[in-house]
Amino acid sequence: MSKAIPEPVTNLIEAFSRLPGIGPKTASRLTYYLLRTPDDITLQLADALRDLKAETRFCSVCYNITVDDPCAICSDAQRDAETIAVVEEPLDVLALERTGVYQGRYHVLHGAISPVNGIGPDELKIRELVQRVVQEHILEVIIATNPGLEGDATAMYIQRELTGKGVKLTRLARGLPVGSDIEYADSVTVTRALQGRSEM
Amino acid sequence: MPRPQRAFRTQALILKRRDFGEADRMLTILTPSHGKIEVVAHGARKLTSSKTGHVELFTCADMLIHNGRNFGIVAQAEMVTPYQPLREDLQRGAYANYVAELADRFSTLDEPDDSSLFTLLSETFERLSIVDDPRLAIRYYEIRLLDVAGFRPELNECVFGREAIEPEDQFFSYAEGGVVCPRHANQSVRLTRVSLNALKILRHLQRSSYAHIAALTIDAPLHNEVERILLGYITYQLERKLQSIDFIKRIRSI
Repeated sequence: MSKAIPEPVTNLIEAFSRLPGIGPKTASRLTYYLLRTPDDITLQLADALRDLKAETRFCSVCYNITVDDPCAICSDAQRDAETIAVVEEPLDVLALERTGVYQGRYHVLHGAISPVNGIGPDELKIRELVQRVVQEHILEVIIATNPGLEGDATAMYIQRELTGKGVKLTRLARGLPVGSDIEYADSVTVTRALQGRSEM
Repeated sequence: MPRPQRAFRTQALILKRRDFGEADRMLTILTPSHGKIEVVAHGARKLTSSKTGHVELFTCADMLIHNGRNFGIVAQAEMVTPYQPLREDLQRGAYANYVAELADRFSTLDEPDDSSLFTLLSETFERLSIVDDPRLAIRYYEIRLLDVAGFRPELNECVFGREAIEPEDQFFSYAEGGVVCPRHANQSVRLTRVSLNALKILRHLQRSSYAHIAALTIDAPLHNEVERILLGYITYQLERKLQSIDFIKRIRSI
């Protein structure tokens, strides 16, 4: 980078550029915006960044991101402790929580099997899931991985690992999303929707 | 000067994808005429996008692509062949990962192609979807891919002496890309042994059509030897370990 730019500024631009979806132009824009903003805002941002890593950890039960271990969901006695929904990412927990329908607990894998990208079962929290199912007397495992090739592969792998462990395995239904157009749906989705049709 | 084409319609096999921006997906696709290119499918992670489901990994889609500044932009996409069994069977899926990784590694971005790699890959996805034991289809793919990529191994004469190969056990040199006869074996390092039967299979793979190969029955130790030589040669040419191999081994052992 040009020598006309002071080092602290360059450092921040480079740090921003490492974030997903942010290129060098956006990184410079954000940096110069922060230079102009009042100190308290930049300090707040700095504190938030520091606390992000310092004060969060994985829940030792479900591997969601949490401040207290075990997390609020795992320590909630009201929730059904015999059902686990297996999701790829912590954000997927939020999506299921927003429905307000699901009362069980979760297990966050932190990714999906993707051999092309070098992500195999060992990089995910699958072994921990199997252990949990055996130790906690789980009755049902709902596999809520994304309905794509990686999510499907992950689901099938988990199925192999959990078969014979005396637990009921289910998978989220797949089909047409609300507000969509059948005309634009792909053949796989329409096939699934037909297979999973329900009586009215 | 002719104006550059603003948009083009193409068939595309989806090799790789990664999340990009808010709800977009960056796809690495293989096309018959434009070779391997990177395109972005805007909104493809949204549930209601018209592209969702049409830009799935290891499917063939019909795409309309606009030329963007850095990479193409998918304007329309419609899935043509889903290769559904690759998604429903862990082993087939694992092999699909392997063939896609090889196609990706052996091709260069934005280099126009004569459609041979595209045809080979789509035929291989088709075979992987149908056959009971995918291993022969994989060996056939490996040896054809080496042809297409310009790394065809020499299997009929010694790469040092150029004399015809005698019917006896030989050596294979990854560095020289071919068979080395026992007389010249001391001239090269990094040799691996290749039995006469394995060599016969390799030659058969190289010169015959898939229909002939599919009819073969090879016992497991011989197949393992052929697999080891081809994989060794491929890894040597790519200078890197293949990521998808571990997963295939993992599933085989279960």
